[in-house]
Amino acid sequence: MTVVQLDAKDAAPPGGRVLRTNLTKGAGIGLGVVVLWFSVLVLLPLAAVVAVAVNGGWDGFVTTLTNPQTASAIKLTVLTSLAVAVLNVLVGTLIAWVLVRERFPGSRVLEVVIDVPFALPTIVAGLVLLALYGPQSPIGVNVANTRAAVFLAFAFVTLPFVVRSVQPVLEQLDREAEQAAHSLGASPGTTFRRIVLPALIPAIAAGGALSFARGVSEYGSLVLLSGNLAMRTEVTSVRMLTYVENGNLASASVVATVLLGVALFVLVAIDLLQRWLVRRG
Amino acid sequence: MNAKARAGWLAGVLVIATMGLAACSSPGDDPSASGAPDAAGTQLSIVAFSVPQKANQAVQAAFAKTDAGAGVTWTESYGASGDQSRAVESGLAADYVHFSLESDVTRLVDDGLVDPSWNSGATKGIVTSSVVVFAVRPGNPKNIHTWDDLVKDGVQVVTPNPGSSGSARWNILAAWGQVIAGGGSEEDAKAYTTKLFTNIVSLPGSGRDATTAFLAGTGDVLLSYENEAIAARQSGAALDYVVPDTTLRIDNPGAVTKAANAKAKAFLDYVLTPDAQAIYASFGFRPVVDGVTLPEVKGANDPANPFPTPTTLLTIDDFGGWSAAKKKFFDEDTGIITQIQADTGKAS
Amino acid sequence: MVDTAAADTPTAGPTLLQASRPAGSGAGRVTRQAIVVVYLSALVVIPVALVFWNAFKDGLAPVIAALTDPVVVHALQLTLMAALWSVVFNAIFGVATAVLLVRYEFPGKRVLNAFIDLPLSVSPVVVGLSLVIVYNIHDGILGKPLAAAGIHVLFSTPGIVLATTFISMPLVVREVVPVLQEQGTEQEQAASSLGAGGWTTFWRITMPGIRWGVIYGVVLCFARSIGEFGAVKVVSGNITGKTQTATLAVEQLYQNFNQTQAFTIAAVLAGAAIVIISVVATLRVRVERRES
Repeated sequence: MTVVQLDAKDAAPPGGRVLRTNLTKGAGIGLGVVVLWFSVLVLLPLAAVVAVAVNGGWDGFVTTLTNPQTASAIKLTVLTSLAVAVLNVLVGTLIAWVLVRERFPGSRVLEVVIDVPFALPTIVAGLVLLALYGPQSPIGVNVANTRAAVFLAFAFVTLPFVVRSVQPVLEQLDREAEQAAHSLGASPGTTFRRIVLPALIPAIAAGGALSFARGVSEYGSLVLLSGNLAMRTEVTSVRMLTYVENGNLASASVVATVLLGVALFVLVAIDLLQRWLVRRG
Repeated sequence: MNAKARAGWLAGVLVIATMGLAACSSPGDDPSASGAPDAAGTQLSIVAFSVPQKANQAVQAAFAKTDAGAGVTWTESYGASGDQSRAVESGLAADYVHFSLESDVTRLVDDGLVDPSWNSGATKGIVTSSVVVFAVRPGNPKNIHTWDDLVKDGVQVVTPNPGSSGSARWNILAAWGQVIAGGGSEEDAKAYTTKLFTNIVSLPGSGRDATTAFLAGTGDVLLSYENEAIAARQSGAALDYVVPDTTLRIDNPGAVTKAANAKAKAFLDYVLTPDAQAIYASFGFRPVVDGVTLPEVKGANDPANPFPTPTTLLTIDDFGGWSAAKKKFFDEDTGIITQIQADTGKAS
Repeated sequence: MVDTAAADTPTAGPTLLQASRPAGSGAGRVTRQAIVVVYLSALVVIPVALVFWNAFKDGLAPVIAALTDPVVVHALQLTLMAALWSVVFNAIFGVATAVLLVRYEFPGKRVLNAFIDLPLSVSPVVVGLSLVIVYNIHDGILGKPLAAAGIHVLFSTPGIVLATTFISMPLVVREVVPVLQEQGTEQEQAASSLGAGGWTTFWRITMPGIRWGVIYGVVLCFARSIGEFGAVKVVSGNITGKTQTATLAVEQLYQNFNQTQAFTIAAVLAGAAIVIISVVATLRVRVERRES
């Protein structure tokens, strides 16, 4: 899924064809090197975490995951990330639409604003969200130490994902169908719903999935904002850290493995969804 | 690609390479090798918890002026006590360690990095000390003076998270211990601590994070250490603090690693002299040896008498030592405090 | 040919826009734009502006003092170096991966495709934990043999570079892939039918076409790298003056009640990233407009 967007274009390539030859020797070596690099850099460490988790056996998994505080932390993290993903799908698509289809002064600035959550260190993000929406808020909004703070932090760091996923697709969208609809008397709303939206769904889903996965793993911005209250505002990353601090690497790895599993599940599910949509045409 | 574009690419690559080299030219000694003597003197590495950073730097400067310490320079690493201890365990080079809790040193003893006799000296390995206090808003508007005041309705308490912060455990043990010291039973202590947890509104990850959260406006009272409150006030932070009648003495251990340079031991010896302890006192720490002439301690409630003796001063020995206390109170599954934390969370 | 022409650059000229756009209601458009502006301001613009405000609120002198402190200077140098290494590695492997994913078929392609985004979805705590497990000098699979060979990864610069490269890995790939897809293969096929080898085709045909994707990806990678905190915190040991990066310095300063200094460095980091992203985004639009 994720990186290579499978959309209608790939199903019936118009101008050029994807080279369906087997890899050339050079490309084959290149692939080997890339895979090796990726494995050593990313896969090996993550696999080591899973290995440590599995080492504790099935009992280890069950004990850790049935711990009420851990279960609560995972539930809070997953549900909040889902909620934020939904928000991002709605607002992100809207933002992408406005940026691509509606020219207005300052849109160039907004382009940069979208990418800022990438640029800001998470600890700084937490600091400023606290300054603006904490006890000393100049606008009187105080969400510190509540679940709303977790939602807010997630919304901040996941902002770019849906927008950046939808934007290129929207830019490349063939306008003929829309023009045809318009000339047949369809309202802009109907045109959007029946023509544009279906074409965007794979991208929206992909962006939403990434937003979810990113939210589930957030840590830095919550350090000062959420209060880490057990069963209430404690997120999975903090819970993991508690295990690490207590020298319980096995349990920490169990929780990490669960998070990884969730992220992978979502990424794969979206991949399958996209393939299904492409096949449907 | 035409010549111009090619030139552009080349220029770009050169710029990046130059910047990279410039960045590389900063001192890049392998920090995993410690104690390598320079031409002039010795470089030692200190790994410590974040609170005594400025105090340690002052003591190190004074040490360098002594004969034993002439020519000694330092690399330093500061962070949360548990993190730092684990880092040393994982290979972070250290000649001298200074942690918040004894168990952070015991971990290194178990790993063979610190000699088991580290705490057989006069101060049992302790190098700095403090007590648990209540930090409140200037003027103490909610009139918080006793432990009972903390569990009143509407009082919002901030304390670092005992689950993830080792040094936060001092606070919670103090809360528990003062009930027992006042004649209460374990049941009473459990009831009190449960009530306390229902009043807790924030459990930041470390002592400093808790101070920061409190200063940013969260809560009415912060459970903290006397030296932390004093340090905050020395930096101009707006808080007052109250030393409760019954409180717990916080003992921070310092030790030399097995692989350390000999000068590290000299530093440890120096740290336990009245001169060094006076420097620590100026930063708000209570002396651990006798015969220390106390300086004026800016930031203390009364700079001329900065360390009032509480009516009842508990120590970790009253809890059977850290190993026993850790198991009884903070065990992940069966610890009393762990369970209270989860129960009070569930209730809301 | 018609298709690829219609799949235009972002700034398809005003005429095409007006001709194709169904007339949207003015009120609807204003509402949409208002929502977007308010949302982005409340969530991003104002909080970020606060960083700069807090940095400069005591005037310029403390800012300059903060920036000339040797510890801070070293932290910024270290961050810059780690970010540059991360950029170099990720640019090379990012472009290679993008080309492989878009232009070729091979077994396991879908797996690689799905896995590439993994670093973006992994918690920094997990990243740090995983690197400590693997590069630990006592029992790490790679750490132990490396230590025997005298190479220390954790608590040293290599560990920082490793963590930084890890977390920003997907960024170049994700920027290059759509550009590569859009580019199509006619020119490459033409070149190869004229006898050009793989390398030549790549350098003279493919690369120039995707260069803005690469540049933007590099810029995002750089921005992300200078802002990394969680993973670096775990693997660096935070040795002041040796392995303390700029973000770690921010944390330490903030925690030592040096708030203005902390915000100064934070402002430098955020400002640098924002400036670079803006410049590249603007240049990209302008150059692509000229080319279309």
